[in-house]
Amino acid sequence: MATQSDIDASSPKHLAGKYSIVGVGETTYTRGGGRTTRAMATTAIANAMADAGLTHDDVDGMLSYSNGDSTPAPFIAGDLGIRLNFYMDVYGGGSSTEALIGIAMGVIEAGMCKTVAIFRSMNGYSQVRIGGTGARAAAPVRGDEIHSRGYGWQSAGQMFAPSFMRHMYDYGTTPEQVAMVKVVHSEHASNNPKAYYKKRYTVDEVLSSRIICKPLHLLDCCVETDNATCIIVTRTERARDLKHRPAVIRSVVGRCCKPRIDMHYQHGPISTVAGHYAKNILWPNAGLGPEDVDVTGAYDAFTFTTMLQLEDYGFCKKGEGGHYVSSGITRLGGKRPNNTSGGHLCEGYTHGMNMVIENVRQLRGEIDDSCPIGPDGKRQHTYDYREGGCRQVKDVEVTANLGWANPGTGSAMVMVKG
Amino acid sequence: MTGLTGNHMGMALTVDDLDIENVAFFGYCASGDFRLQRCKENGLLRYPPTTRCPFSGSANYDWVSVEPRGTVYSYNEVHHAIQPAFKGKTPYMLLLVELDTQKGKPSEHDGLRVAGNLVTPDGELAPPEIVKKVGIGSRMRMVLKQVGEGIALPMWTLDETAQQPAKPWRYPQE
Repeated sequence: MATQSDIDASSPKHLAGKYSIVGVGETTYTRGGGRTTRAMATTAIANAMADAGLTHDDVDGMLSYSNGDSTPAPFIAGDLGIRLNFYMDVYGGGSSTEALIGIAMGVIEAGMCKTVAIFRSMNGYSQVRIGGTGARAAAPVRGDEIHSRGYGWQSAGQMFAPSFMRHMYDYGTTPEQVAMVKVVHSEHASNNPKAYYKKRYTVDEVLSSRIICKPLHLLDCCVETDNATCIIVTRTERARDLKHRPAVIRSVVGRCCKPRIDMHYQHGPISTVAGHYAKNILWPNAGLGPEDVDVTGAYDAFTFTTMLQLEDYGFCKKGEGGHYVSSGITRLGGKRPNNTSGGHLCEGYTHGMNMVIENVRQLRGEIDDSCPIGPDGKRQHTYDYREGGCRQVKDVEVTANLGWANPGTGSAMVMVKG
Repeated sequence: MTGLTGNHMGMALTVDDLDIENVAFFGYCASGDFRLQRCKENGLLRYPPTTRCPFSGSANYDWVSVEPRGTVYSYNEVHHAIQPAFKGKTPYMLLLVELDTQKGKPSEHDGLRVAGNLVTPDGELAPPEIVKKVGIGSRMRMVLKQVGEGIALPMWTLDETAQQPAKPWRYPQE
């Protein structure tokens, strides 16, 4: 029987390089910021427009995603004086970022609008808790949910844990190896003035933090924060006239799924995640492979999610993810740093947006660390990765973002220096 | 018939009358009979209930009784509950038990991996000393936990009649 994975989903190659990210912006990453999602979204978009050198007359498309915990695009556009030719508010969390970037390319290609602002605004700490605590945990259990929530199987960590456990069982992956993801991302965050948590952690500190849901300790889990983030997509041709060197999109994959996504554990190996399928779209469309990538942004909802994705997208052999993430490769100064902002484990939780924003800045060579600003107004990067120091990677040409919704669904994107 | 309602550890459970697949599934469980849908075209079982066969796309099926035994395929062990019903019940386990029936079919990666909590033979969440005995490879039998009129949930307990592995795989840190 032919399986769904045999289908060639590669797209016309003429789109590779045709679209770029030209502006990025965010609010501060806080807890209890005391702002509505509406106020935060307008700030993030205003910051991204200013970053791009665009005004409200230049942006005519808007995309957002949420789980019903944000403010719809029309209110945000109204506040900013943007007249929309296109908008859509999509349901979803992690893995939406790259998927919406692909949708933005599609609607511009279709002639529906010219420039799209993608935003995610969330009070993930002070309103709808991303950890799933609060009102959502207490809601009645209906229909299909009985097969999961009825068993106390609800939060992201609880839902993903069987994949994580099975990876340890199948490949001998150790808690110490996986804890290194947090250690490395915390080092990166210590060089990121925006990060919510800037403290550097050790493997022992991760493993001695309390267990939330085996195999996850508290420090294997991401932070819950309040923030908004924005990414602006337009044609690369148009991007040439704007303020920064564009981050050129070579390839994008959106919410690619494993079989039986109604309950993906029915189809194994469950220690394999959606990247196993997504890589067959990502790399051929980009005309590049993992060995060409300088910086990765592998979604770190948990330490394990980073490892599983790097492995299934082919940055190491299957089963060697534990070694890969604990080898020093993913650290600033290593061969291929991952999540140089500190990511979701440390900088703030945005459902994927901040990892794309970080890679855009890496490609520009304009990471916002503490390095001194020179007479040309640009940071003079020292490439010294001591605590509190630089976090710009040298000579970044290619980045890869690996977005995660759950073990069965992922999105991804390859960008190159414009 | 107006669907199903139940109460499990203080959680309100409801199945709409239009949701005929789940109504039938939990209804059979309530009568002490674990049944799954079997496709009339290819004879394959599936879990959880679906409106069509994931392997053939056919909407035609029968509900057939399935031997409710299997092996722990993977699990989680919750130490910090988030749902109010589970607070004070930690640690508790969620097991994915691969049934002996239809293991490795239709492809080597497929199996019927049925979710349920680790419980005592009388259907209560297992105490910590039993939690520590269960891991990947443990042999399990199903317990159908009544949670209302005409509704019961599949749960898993250690199979006393089976040969258990000397040391089932567990997360290394207890």
